[in-house]
Amino acid sequence: MDLLIKNGIVYDPINKINGEKMDIFTSNGKIVSNAKDPKVIDADGKLVLPGGVEGHSHIAGGKVNAGRIMRPEDGRKGIEPKGKLTRACSGYSVPNVYATGYRYARMGYTFVMEAAMPPMAARHTHEELIEIPIVDKGAIPLLDNHWMTMECVKSGDMDKLTAYVAWILKATKGYGIKIVNPGGVEAWAWGKNVSGLHDRVPKFDVSPAEIVKALSIANERLNLPHSIHIHCNNIGHPGNSETTLETYGLLSGVENSDRQVMHATHTQFHSYGGSNWGDFCSKADEVAKYVNAHDNLTIDLGVVMFCDTTTMTGDGPHEFNLYKLTRRKWSNHDVELETGSGVVPFVYGAKIPPHAIMWAVGIELPLLIDDPWKMMITTDHPNGCPFTFYPQIFALLMSKKKREAMISEVHPVVNSNTILPSIDRELGWNDIAIMTRAAPARILGIDKHGKGHLGSGADADISIYDISPEEVDPSRDYAKIEDAFSYTAYTIKSGQIVAKDNEIVAVPSGKTFFVDPEIDKSLMDAMLPDLELKFKEYYSINLANYPVQDAYVPNPYKISTKGA
Amino acid sequence: MSAENRIITDVVCPFCGSLCDDLEVETDGTKIVKVKKACKLGKSKIMGHERIESPLIREDGKLREATYEEAIERASQILSNSKRPLSYGWASTVCEAIEKGVHLLEEIGGVMDSTASVCHGPTVLAVQGVGAPGCTLGEVKNRADLVIFWGSNPVHAHPRHQARYSYNAKGFFSGGKEDRTLMVFDVRKTKTADKADEYVQIEPGSDYKIFSAMRTILSGNEDVVPSEVGGISKEKLIEIVDRMKKAKFGVIFGGLGLTQSRCRYKNLENVISLVDEINEHAKFTLIPMRGHYNIAGFGQVCAWETGYPFAVDFSRGYVWYNPGETTAVDVLNRKECDSFLVVAADPASNFPKGSVEHMKDIPVIQVDPYHNPTTEFADVVIPAAVAGVEAEGTAYRMDGIPLRVRKLVDVKYPSDEEIFDKMLTKVKELKGA
Repeated sequence: MDLLIKNGIVYDPINKINGEKMDIFTSNGKIVSNAKDPKVIDADGKLVLPGGVEGHSHIAGGKVNAGRIMRPEDGRKGIEPKGKLTRACSGYSVPNVYATGYRYARMGYTFVMEAAMPPMAARHTHEELIEIPIVDKGAIPLLDNHWMTMECVKSGDMDKLTAYVAWILKATKGYGIKIVNPGGVEAWAWGKNVSGLHDRVPKFDVSPAEIVKALSIANERLNLPHSIHIHCNNIGHPGNSETTLETYGLLSGVENSDRQVMHATHTQFHSYGGSNWGDFCSKADEVAKYVNAHDNLTIDLGVVMFCDTTTMTGDGPHEFNLYKLTRRKWSNHDVELETGSGVVPFVYGAKIPPHAIMWAVGIELPLLIDDPWKMMITTDHPNGCPFTFYPQIFALLMSKKKREAMISEVHPVVNSNTILPSIDRELGWNDIAIMTRAAPARILGIDKHGKGHLGSGADADISIYDISPEEVDPSRDYAKIEDAFSYTAYTIKSGQIVAKDNEIVAVPSGKTFFVDPEIDKSLMDAMLPDLELKFKEYYSINLANYPVQDAYVPNPYKISTKGA
Repeated sequence: MSAENRIITDVVCPFCGSLCDDLEVETDGTKIVKVKKACKLGKSKIMGHERIESPLIREDGKLREATYEEAIERASQILSNSKRPLSYGWASTVCEAIEKGVHLLEEIGGVMDSTASVCHGPTVLAVQGVGAPGCTLGEVKNRADLVIFWGSNPVHAHPRHQARYSYNAKGFFSGGKEDRTLMVFDVRKTKTADKADEYVQIEPGSDYKIFSAMRTILSGNEDVVPSEVGGISKEKLIEIVDRMKKAKFGVIFGGLGLTQSRCRYKNLENVISLVDEINEHAKFTLIPMRGHYNIAGFGQVCAWETGYPFAVDFSRGYVWYNPGETTAVDVLNRKECDSFLVVAADPASNFPKGSVEHMKDIPVIQVDPYHNPTTEFADVVIPAAVAGVEAEGTAYRMDGIPLRVRKLVDVKYPSDEEIFDKMLTKVKELKGA
């Protein structure tokens, strides 16, 4: 059915539409300039945005499911009975697949990127992605701790590395290159870690810095839509901002006219000063200063909010550290020749000084970075908190009053060890539209594939919120911001109304986005003998059984690229 | 090999949780004639044996042949008329069928349970208490210098495990058995124990206190450990803990000797905690020796579909999980369920008497390629293609690695996935009417 969304206040930053009252037409799942006999949605006095784009979230695969299996107590916190259209839901920080799809859709999100797919278990990630209803999605394979990667780095063979990355993307139906604690996860297979960019990885004798630079070269040679996506070394450590800034600097001078060359993820967890938990403090200002001065880098936030959540990452040694802090349950899963992961439940308490500082850092960063196009708002779901905290986070960014109210309730250490209380900036509607729609789509490279905007030909993914930017002053009425962003009046996915007033009204299956890089056959042929040897000697499965079959992407959206 | 014969390589074996994926199967176009590289158990499964040829419906006490349409219709009627349907099994079929099954049980508000509840269910409960320090089997093959089988006997239950993944397997950092120590802890000297560098015989039911003693020693409090625990001397225990602390990469493969003996899930909580604590000294992991080839897959599917890995009850509309209450043995034993759907399993052989007795009093639906004692209780029998031989789909190895099992030959039987897809449609129709 064609739609006319009438008289809404539209923010569409990619098309430079900044709060204009206008009509939007959809037809056959796309935005069009006009339509015949459309169904009319009266959006008068309502906010109209492109569908939300979640750029970094953990929603599917082995570690998410390990969280579900390990935490029945979390499952109980989010129960919803089955409905006429909807399946039974469970979970708060680790929702089941249905709750994941419905909750994102009800909040107006229509695209979600799973940010860490272990290649050898990619089939699992895709099995869950298939079952997540409504939203479009993709998954980024982990590539940095692979033996193949490190051997290519050691020998300096960028041709072979480029071919290998292309092979993994094809074999896993993956979206890009994820880097997680480069070198540290291989070290963790021996119970060790790396402590900085220039440590040598045991046995492979390469450094994290060398791995990052090499994968960036492969990324650019393959013309991937997204840049390398990096979780820096030393996550969560006091004083880690030095490693973070040094990592950013590794690609100083490297440019790509279309996009950033490095996306640094959950930057909140990497922007700390101090040398221990006693003098732990925010270095958001220094990280922001670097981001402000450089145009080849983007970040996402990884905001912490106070709750009982589940941490999960490919960074196995980090999760062991969290286990030692909490002594709660700990799951670990090292994956042969490739990667690892860990899962630990975690409570962020407002009165616990380091946690209060972490919360403040997540809010400081977007207020200190001038250009919203360099950022995506994320909670690194569920690491900082579940994605359902977004409305509160938007309110914190849009209202100093809201921040003051919250600061008065958290540990006073935020007054001495962060500069949050002194920041007056309040973000506007357009900033939020950029940081949750336009910028994530650009950063991921899906803006060219119909995402993140409402221009003619774009996918008809639209969220309509029952709040009028003309009438509401976010600075004062922050409670209205929280309420309005909690659920949409309408979420439209591919031209179909999927959610209305917090109720799911249609459950289409979303598409899976993946990249198929074409490279010179001779490069691939030269790489394959090494790979075949790895399978013959060291993997515990056969090469023939590794690649993810087409059956695991029933609704494919393939982005073909041509490597140089 | 005749001209029409075809050799299929890289076949994934649908027998045990080792999910060996290097088999070669020769077919003559209609049936399998040879299986290479498989163990005896896998070969026997793939070669097959006498089947249930046709769907069956019980009438006047006797099973008579029926069409698939009739049998699925009858099964759907039973399920949609039930107030408290129960389903059990699901370990020897593929994830795609399990997904349909979960949906079916949600639709009819039933209880869904897997064979894990009488197998490694206690391991799952322990994971919910203390977590799961694991790794893939290739990590063991490439790195392990200390391999411990505790209450598990792979020589009989997972015959190729040691050659492919553990004791004998050669890897990047390990030349195989020369470079590693094999220790076996068991109540009797098994075939696996025969090959061990060290076999430690323990008294039955004493696993929990042995782990407690080891953790006590590890924490530096050996002075409170008695001179002998569970049949092991204190000196020996100190030596074992010391060996574990010095491992470069250690692994414990836990078996049913832990889950189904005295203390059950407590044994697993204790050994997982031991492994956690050893990690402050040495890299150490634990992998449960899962039995059926896709029992791990059931846990995965059930968790992503419902939030919980087994024993889920949909009667409230939302998912309720409470093992001990919502486990199949208990639901039957309380004579609570009024119909019973059994898929690829044999509760009549494996369940306690009190639970089996209730099977006599309620309609039982069996979906299985083969006749087994449960068939004697069944009112509707629906023969399915053998997943992994005659139907494709996803299965999860004991370490969580998902592989796609193949369809090797065409058969007249529908797959489990097709059967449950039809049943789900039928049930929705009947419920809607």
